Amino acid sequence: MTEDPAPRPVPTLIDLFLTYGRIGLIGFGGINAWARRVLVEEKRWLTDQEYAETLGLGQVLPGPNALNAAIMVGDRFHGTAGAIAAPGAMFGGPLILLAGLAMFYDAYGEVPVVQAVLAGVAAAAAGMVLGTAAKMTQKIRPPPALLAVGLVALLAAGVFRVPLPYTVLGLAPFGILGAWRALRAK
Amino acid sequence: MSAVIFWQLVLGFGAISLVSVGGGIAVLPEMHRLVVEVHGWMSDADFARRFALAQAAPGPNVLVVGLFGWHVGGVLGMLTATLAMTLPTSLLAFGFSRLRTRLAGRFWLRVTERGLVPIAVGLIAASGLILAQGTATGWVAAVLTACSTVFVWRTDYSPLWVLGAGALVGLAFL
Repeated sequence: MTEDPAPRPVPTLIDLFLTYGRIGLIGFGGINAWARRVLVEEKRWLTDQEYAETLGLGQVLPGPNALNAAIMVGDRFHGTAGAIAAPGAMFGGPLILLAGLAMFYDAYGEVPVVQAVLAGVAAAAAGMVLGTAAKMTQKIRPPPALLAVGLVALLAAGVFRVPLPYTVLGLAPFGILGAWRALRAK
Repeated sequence: MSAVIFWQLVLGFGAISLVSVGGGIAVLPEMHRLVVEVHGWMSDADFARRFALAQAAPGPNVLVVGLFGWHVGGVLGMLTATLAMTLPTSLLAFGFSRLRTRLAGRFWLRVTERGLVPIAVGLIAASGLILAQGTATGWVAAVLTACSTVFVWRTDYSPLWVLGAGALVGLAFL
């Protein structure tokens, strides 16, 4: 497609575990933007298209979409072991961190300096998530019909706050129709 | 943590997880109903504070259920709530992943996968927008978000740079 043709490396199980652990621990503002950054740009295990397809399936299934995507990525490279290692690492690190934070926050959460730093990081993380969506759109280069579905998803969930199940399940038929027409036209 | 609370966590979050199409955070109102309204485990303000903390921390957003569990049952409560929220749907996702491998290359599967891509990307953008609405408390934060967006979009440097910059700007101006 639009990606570079160089062969893509296949991770070892340890790689998979450590990489997902890192994704979990740097995953400010949510996992998905960071998973894409690490898996597509840094490690080059997946293309933008492959990552977005996996995440899309993860969104239609019930459950946290980042978790569903991690299970599918783990399974793809290392079967059952991978499907346990990737999400296990992704949850394990942050969970330990969060337990520490919960204690710290109970003690120091009201301190203005802590709140100021957190506010700054959160504002930057919001921009990081927006920038990732822009970058993915640019790399995947969707045909106009699919671009329209993406924009409607953005408006429905981001502006009008339509509950996610309605957004996902309501738009899925239109996305699939658009993809069918695009693939058939080739 | 009592056995009663253990089962309330397991059944409550297990049931919520099965309807959480679109992501764990999609069912935040359901979680609010469970922990604040049904069981009265915490106040509205506590609920909002826990959610804000989970948002500020790295990691999957759904880990907020770990904090709810922590609130009622310490470390054990945290583990119980997190597993109840993630294990049932994980098994489903794993089964689906196997099916996907078996059916790889079928035309209709490829069409479905491609058709879901814009929804995946659109929802990432939507979550960025929602985060930005929450964090843009003044023009400094709004400019910070805008600069971070452009930096991540137009360059290949690690986004950790903008988070570090965000921490410094927050320290100085917010």
